Amino acid sequence: MRTAFIETLAELAAEDSNVTLVVGDLGFGVVQEFARRFPRQFVNAGVAEQNMTSLAAGLALCGKRVYTYSIANFPTLRCLEQIRNDICYHNADVTVVAVGGGFAYGALGMTHHATEDLAVLRAMPNITVVAPGDPLETDGLVRALAGQSGPAYLRLGRAGEETIHTGDVPVELGRALTVRPGNDLTLISTGGMLGVAVKVSDALKSRGLGIRVLSLHTLKPFDEQAVIKAARETRNILTLEEHSIIGGLGGATAEVLCEASLGGVHFRRLGVPSRFCSEIGDQNHLRAFHGLSVDGVTRAVLALLAGDRTSAESPACHQSTFPSPDDLDELDRRNAA
Amino acid sequence: MSHRSLADLSHRIRRRIVDLTHQAKRSHVGSCLSLTEILAILYGQVLRISPASVDDPHRDRFILSKGHACAALYAVLVEEGFLPEERLEGFYANGGTLAGHATHHGVPGIEVSTGSLGHGLSLATGMALAGQRDEHDYRVFCVLSDGECDEGSIWEAVLFAGHHHLDNLTVIVDYNKIQSLGRVDEVMRLEPFAGKWRAFGWGVTECDGHNVAALSEAFSSLPMETGRPNCLIAHTIKGHGVSFMEDDLLWHYRTPQGSEYEAAIRELDAA
Repeated sequence: MRTAFIETLAELAAEDSNVTLVVGDLGFGVVQEFARRFPRQFVNAGVAEQNMTSLAAGLALCGKRVYTYSIANFPTLRCLEQIRNDICYHNADVTVVAVGGGFAYGALGMTHHATEDLAVLRAMPNITVVAPGDPLETDGLVRALAGQSGPAYLRLGRAGEETIHTGDVPVELGRALTVRPGNDLTLISTGGMLGVAVKVSDALKSRGLGIRVLSLHTLKPFDEQAVIKAARETRNILTLEEHSIIGGLGGATAEVLCEASLGGVHFRRLGVPSRFCSEIGDQNHLRAFHGLSVDGVTRAVLALLAGDRTSAESPACHQSTFPSPDDLDELDRRNAA
Repeated sequence: MSHRSLADLSHRIRRRIVDLTHQAKRSHVGSCLSLTEILAILYGQVLRISPASVDDPHRDRFILSKGHACAALYAVLVEEGFLPEERLEGFYANGGTLAGHATHHGVPGIEVSTGSLGHGLSLATGMALAGQRDEHDYRVFCVLSDGECDEGSIWEAVLFAGHHHLDNLTVIVDYNKIQSLGRVDEVMRLEPFAGKWRAFGWGVTECDGHNVAALSEAFSSLPMETGRPNCLIAHTIKGHGVSFMEDDLLWHYRTPQGSEYEAAIRELDAA
């Protein structure tokens, strides 16, 4: 995703000399080529995210189309009031880009887990919030954001994610993509969890279950109609995000489902509980720890279909012992692959 | 504008400040009164901006980072014709038109909204960088309070502007020596203040922030030092112009009412 972002941005920068990338002294191996090609459209603001963010707003108010770039929580939570007052209130044309959403920087520790960003940014007026599911969605969303003006938040994974979509992807802001059909249950995924959702759907297809997969890449504006349609047609909704279950995809979906007053819909949020993660390990390890591996999500799907409302308590992150044998098997398989 | 005219403009701004804080029963009157001559010199002599050019990309930019002193800004905008006088009736009012901190929303002549301290200089720095990159000849001016310089983000911006030699950027610090809970020297010492700015690569000028001749001289040639951003440390007195408000923390919060209001107006008109 990181690679797709910088390549697409370079294309946009070549077309429009106002496109300006402002980094917080991060992006080694990613941004140097952009800086070399577009020296007048590149700024390294140093390790100073508050200044980076207000500076970006100031540039935008003088006609620049600005992208701030850093990793994990540095371009978002560290300078949140600057995003609120200076970017959002002034409707400044600034896209805040964070690399390393969720547990992408897992082993670097709690400081580098970006697991509340979507909830916090989604609460801001005027902003568009997107979390692409694969490199093709990243390219499409960066272009779609460039096609409008105003504040945006782009949450990326890191480099090297697999491409899920094939062919042309009709990416449209605020419109969920149906990635797999199915009428037994809908897995709504945001960001990099899309790969897991698709694997779960494909695996359960052989067992005769139709698991619809929606890639809900735009958290704001939220595709309420796609969620309501899925609830009506599949009656079972499971949200999947590498983020707190509070306020992000799960929270937004709950808001929509509750206000739609649909009867007989079974709903569960899969994500990170509201507690800090001190477990040490890489992204796959931490996903498995939180029940977000293919195996963990498959069990949650089967439990929801079986009417078991307690299964959300099963991931290792809720237990005193870690990990479960199934999770370990999953980890071993992935490590071997 | 002559020194006499600048002094007259200062007087009119000061009178409006006292009226506004009296009318709204909301304060920061002391913070506005220390700022008066700074605004008079900027709007009366320095800024290349007029009511007709508020959207001109080549206009000078002014940012009042100490947004709590907005009554002074609204006053000068009325004096200079950016805002109709009637707008002042909506200051702080329920359903009104002028908020209690500087807001750009629906107020011609205000570039950005401020009120949370430590934002304005970074915004100004971005505008100055855009001007430098685009080779525009507009200048950017930003007024800071002294207490505001406790904010780390101020020094992030100071470091950045110095590094990038933004000589189209001028900061004026309204150094009235009193912040929200006490004297600057007691709450959070800034001295050696000029030395800090110089160490970050800025040119520094100091003057009496209530002496229009001294201010006029400081701004007579811009940039004050070429090849670097500049900081004018304006030594001011909180509450200046109303003797019983001067240098007194109380008037950060208290509003002039009754006999105090009458005494303040009498003193201003007698000056």
